Amino acid sequence: MATRSDTAASPVKGGAAPGRPQDGSPTDKEAKRRAKLSRRWQRDARWSPYAFVSPFFLLFAAFGLFPLIWTGWASLHQVELTAPTDMNWVGLKNYTRIFDDDFFWNAAQNTLTIGIISTVPQLMIAMGIAHILNYKLRASTFWRVAMLAPYATSIAAATLVFVLLFGRDYGMINWALDSVGIDPIAWQDDKWPGQIAVSTIIIWRWTGYNALIYLAAMQAIPQDLYESAALDGASRWKQFLHVTLPSLRPTILFTVVVSTIGASQVFGEPLLFDPNKGASGGAEHQFQTLGLYLYEQGWVNQHLGRASAIAWTMFAILIVIGLINHVISRRLRASS
Amino acid sequence: MTTTVTPPETTPVEKQQQRRSRLPKSARAGGTLHGGPIAYVILIVFTLVSLFPLVWTAIAASRDNQRLAQTPPPFWFGSNLFKNLEIAWTEANLGEAFLNTTIVAGTSAVTIVVLSTVAGFAFAKLRFRGRNALMLVVIGTMMIPPQLSIIPLYMMVAKLDWTDQLQAVIFPSLVSAFGVFFMRQYLLQALPDEVIEAARVDGAGSWRVIWHVVFPAARPAMAVLGMLMFVQAWNDFLWPFLVLTQTGNPTVQVAVAGLGRGYTPDQSLIMAGALLGTLPLLLVFAIFGKQIVGGIMQGAVKG
Repeated sequence: MATRSDTAASPVKGGAAPGRPQDGSPTDKEAKRRAKLSRRWQRDARWSPYAFVSPFFLLFAAFGLFPLIWTGWASLHQVELTAPTDMNWVGLKNYTRIFDDDFFWNAAQNTLTIGIISTVPQLMIAMGIAHILNYKLRASTFWRVAMLAPYATSIAAATLVFVLLFGRDYGMINWALDSVGIDPIAWQDDKWPGQIAVSTIIIWRWTGYNALIYLAAMQAIPQDLYESAALDGASRWKQFLHVTLPSLRPTILFTVVVSTIGASQVFGEPLLFDPNKGASGGAEHQFQTLGLYLYEQGWVNQHLGRASAIAWTMFAILIVIGLINHVISRRLRASS
Repeated sequence: MTTTVTPPETTPVEKQQQRRSRLPKSARAGGTLHGGPIAYVILIVFTLVSLFPLVWTAIAASRDNQRLAQTPPPFWFGSNLFKNLEIAWTEANLGEAFLNTTIVAGTSAVTIVVLSTVAGFAFAKLRFRGRNALMLVVIGTMMIPPQLSIIPLYMMVAKLDWTDQLQAVIFPSLVSAFGVFFMRQYLLQALPDEVIEAARVDGAGSWRVIWHVVFPAARPAMAVLGMLMFVQAWNDFLWPFLVLTQTGNPTVQVAVAGLGRGYTPDQSLIMAGALLGTLPLLLVFAIFGKQIVGGIMQGAVKG
């Protein structure tokens, strides 16, 4: 851009010169003014890009990066919720404490299983819906918006509704199961039903959103690929397997990464799914996630230092996921 | 504003698709095929699954607590809807919560949109040292969930004595890496270099280019990003839940979650609160659904 605005600046100088009376020397003042103007142009072209991006980076540094690093620092201290500004150095004690805590491993396991139960069906259903939305349809906008309605619903509102639908005694889901001869399930009290119910809320909220992302990628696949596959006699199912899915690989990887990050942070759904148990995630911690465990340590047990250690452990897990993603996407690019 | 953010390139692609007809259509999968009855049946089923919990929220909100403790559960509306809405409104302090959330979500959306457009323009159209590296940083920050930063933010809020005050929620929500990325992607193809150059030749400085060229060109994408960010801020739960309380400037989510957390065990009231908290966004989606769908798909293409 620097070169471009230099050329843009010159017409101002050149354009002004012929118009000026040629009766002698232009005044020193005038020359200085023009030089100043041109300098201002250069400065503008050179520095304005930084001025344009700096608000983002300043705000991100203040409310994203700095707190993230400070979390690491706080994780090496004893910090109590009641006096969050008093920090006492304890070294790695917070980390050994949480790694010795069975509830930490329980929460890590729950986060993993809820992550799998919610992400895998979610993305598979989203792929199916996207495939159907990719047909020429009547009222195509209506279907797309309808699929997105759960995305407009907040975690709090959605969870409160599902708590009722999953109610053991009067809930609609147990009623429906009963009508096909299945005994009522204690969704809030038992481990796997609880995790399935929490995952259901996540699936419900995010499937339509992911379907739209897949749909966008499907629409970018060149029709030639389908045509030549069809000429080779590939059935529509084969075309889906051999044309659609391979073309979507980068998008699939993207949604897997985003959903995995989301799954590692699950908090509101398990917190509100059993409102009476709150932070423990069910009476037996059966659906307590790492996010909820962090909240319990920090805001219920009031150990912000320990909560910081949990946050940094989660951060480390995300870095590992990021590295795996990097390796896989590199392979994908190399193979295609 | 009726424009969607569909990239202009899609039109030629569509035309190409229409031209091709060498094969019988039924042999080809992909976008040119008309959906059969089975496709519609599946769509209807998923639409019902999508909408049912929302409709049932309204059904439950129109009943009373006793009716919700019976089997079979109600399938149709009762007569208590307005009574319950009214009680939930006053009990959860929803009037104040709506005002607070509108302030928070509005400030957050407007700030993000303006900052993202300006930064996205620089990344899309200006050449400067370190541009690619900085863009990589932006993309990298998209992958870091904000939840990991809450503890120091909480300490800051405590130190500044901002607990129960809206600015505690507003400040951390003013920045979005996704927004910068989204506006960059849009401006890359929606704003021709020649237009900027022409403005420069006319003597416009960078700030005037932003005001007179970039903002007008980016308007459709700005509107969509604004809606997406408004929805996100409106529905944000964890952070407002930590720094605001039900009696101290709650947002809608804090107030609604409070209904579920025990001091009113009346389920029909809880549902009435949930319904009230969701309605404004459902309305936005009903009116601007097409644009929001377009925006999500647009943001996804090069993700």
